Amino acid sequence: MTTHTLSVLVENKPGVLARVSGLFSRRGFNIDSLAVGETENPEVSRITIVVNADASPLEQVTKQLNKLVNVLKIVELDANASVQRELLLVKVRADRAVRSQVLETVQLFRARVVDVAAETLTIEATGTGEKLDALLRDLEPFGIKEMVQSGMVAIGRGSRAITAGPALRAAS
Amino acid sequence: MSKPTPEILAHRSHPSPGATSAGSAAPAAVGGAGERVVDVKMTGSQALVASLEALGVDTIFGIPGGAILPAYDPLFDSKVRHILVRHEQGAGHAATGYAQATGRVGVCMATSGPGATNLVTPIADAYMDSVPIVAITGQVARPYIGTDAFQEADIQGITLPITKHNYLVQTGEEIPRILAEAFHLAATGRPGPVLVDIPKDVLVAETTFNWPPTLELPGYHPTLHPHGKQIREAARLITNAKRPVLYVGGGVLKAKASEELRTLAELTGVPVVTTLMARGAFPDSHEQHVGMPGMHGTVSAVYALQRADLIVALGARFDDRVTGKLSTFAPNATIVHADIDPAEIGKNRTADVPIVGDAKHVIQELITAVGHEHTAGRRGNITEWWTQLNELRERYPLGYEEPPDGTLSPQYVIKRLGEIVGPDAIYAAGVGQHQMWAAQFISYEKPGTWLNSGGAGTMGYAVPAAMGAKQGCPEAVVWAIDGDGCFQMTNQELATCALEGIPIKVAVINNGNLGMVRQWQTLFYEERYSNTDLGTHKHRIPDFVKLAEALGCIGLRCENAADVDATIETAMRINDQPVVIDFVVGKDAMVWPMVPAGTSNDEILFARGVRPIFDEDDV
Repeated sequence: MTTHTLSVLVENKPGVLARVSGLFSRRGFNIDSLAVGETENPEVSRITIVVNADASPLEQVTKQLNKLVNVLKIVELDANASVQRELLLVKVRADRAVRSQVLETVQLFRARVVDVAAETLTIEATGTGEKLDALLRDLEPFGIKEMVQSGMVAIGRGSRAITAGPALRAAS
Repeated sequence: MSKPTPEILAHRSHPSPGATSAGSAAPAAVGGAGERVVDVKMTGSQALVASLEALGVDTIFGIPGGAILPAYDPLFDSKVRHILVRHEQGAGHAATGYAQATGRVGVCMATSGPGATNLVTPIADAYMDSVPIVAITGQVARPYIGTDAFQEADIQGITLPITKHNYLVQTGEEIPRILAEAFHLAATGRPGPVLVDIPKDVLVAETTFNWPPTLELPGYHPTLHPHGKQIREAARLITNAKRPVLYVGGGVLKAKASEELRTLAELTGVPVVTTLMARGAFPDSHEQHVGMPGMHGTVSAVYALQRADLIVALGARFDDRVTGKLSTFAPNATIVHADIDPAEIGKNRTADVPIVGDAKHVIQELITAVGHEHTAGRRGNITEWWTQLNELRERYPLGYEEPPDGTLSPQYVIKRLGEIVGPDAIYAAGVGQHQMWAAQFISYEKPGTWLNSGGAGTMGYAVPAAMGAKQGCPEAVVWAIDGDGCFQMTNQELATCALEGIPIKVAVINNGNLGMVRQWQTLFYEERYSNTDLGTHKHRIPDFVKLAEALGCIGLRCENAADVDATIETAMRINDQPVVIDFVVGKDAMVWPMVPAGTSNDEILFARGVRPIFDEDDV
């Protein structure tokens, strides 16, 4: 099994996310990560889904996704031909004794401190999954009190853009 | 024998589908189908009924209740005939039977909560068999949604996996557009059920009605026309093959492509098999028809697929009941797979030549392409193939043995029914042994004459589906062939038939047991008959003749072979009332041939312990 990143453009309507995620679960797929938000066109949302699957079952689930009436377009984004990012917020124990070491780590990873308290620092970082894993590994010894991660978002490299434009125009 | 009194019948508010609207102000203003309407003030309910009228709906099967109640007020005056069923499941299957028999969209209606959930089974059934129906359900008023209000159920959420699409209406203005979209989605592409859930306050509130609406379906583009290159490749394969088969599925019926199929078959001379969902798509009497494939298919049809070097699948989906153990299915066959749903292609069996398109267009273009091959002097020779298939047909014809205990043979009853009633009638079967025998022993010559629950295998389908078919095709003789188990699930719709003037005929193949389950217990569970004896024989509970009479039908009983013809003929003479025949048949009859579940089609049994001998050189 290999990891695949699907960009799914959908109509921005209530219940569409449930249709998409429900389809994955009932066809036996586990979603590794999912992120959804509006696109440049407010009537269109973009769902970025990361799944682990073999090629043939993935083709089947993609075809089934395409059958959902609210799905406009599906593109698989190759890791080498796209920019893929996740967001991490992590609250790390950082008292006087280690604070400077924590800040050094933050700098090394080009992360940012977004909240400061007496005993903790809250750090924001974006990057690929591997980079964030590496940051967490380095922060771990200080003591991670809490963390939250977003699903991955991804966009193709180069000037070509994925839009639902033609589909929407064709319908009207 | 009881009969509904004229007074009861007079309660039917709309004696014929052609009755004109009595005209409540708003919907009447809409007038005929498709007429243009601009900014007419009316309630959401009136907009619903006006939309249904404009969409050309003539019949709705349903039951009112709290949340849908507002819709029933304008319906009272509408030219749309509402048939008051006894259970929402009946409404759903009736809509399905109507759609399968007429090719038009079937419509059912129910209230919120339990009314809507009772539609779940027929909706799932229609989804599995790609039947175009629209289900309209009432929902609690918008402010109550999500509060566990009385009779609230998230029917949109519940039906997500079993509808082609579904809607929760938010405003009255949306009603015409959503209804038009629902009918469009149900009927086009790969057909299927669409549910429209309408909150009560939206039905009650004032709105502005406009017609026709503009569909907003930017993500919906079914591919109807196949790719020319694929068609040419398929035609080339057809003319080169030594052992080709046309594997015909329900998609050919949905596309109304029977005529084209016949032309293609005769042009190529290729053997045809029709699946359970495609019975009637190609005449059984045609010499190129080698039977139904699958678990209970004919030896010749199963063998034809299994030994083929080319399978041309037309609107079929390589279902497990057809392929048997998938890894051993048709090991030497090149696959041309044509379907309107791209997701079916390659789902179970990899296609060598995938063709996405409507079966009618696909077959038409295949005819042209094969014609070009012939003109170029390329023509297949499949004489040897036919010799083998004809030999198998002769050696292993469909048949049955008379029960040694002297009881009435169910196969005989069904065979005689088909012979006496003929190929113009519509037959709707339940699910189980009687369904398989009805698929095997009745000769189907025309599309739309065989209705059954194929994919879902829904017991209780027959009576309400027959009701729907009869309502849609009032001129046709409609027979439900049901088992005693199935019949006890939905027979209450006979009351509907009796009161609404829908004179269907029901042959209950009463073997006193859940016959198909019992057959498996006989074969695979050492004859340990756990919970399959229904007591219908032992105790005559219920007495189907009395039950029929209680439901306003004529009840007949037949217990021996000598009376079969006369009883069927009696039933055929009754046209003003539903008739039920209780055929008391032996319980030990089994459905043969059989490919035991999960085994290879090569393991087909012609009868118990009898495996056909296939010439090994054939492979």
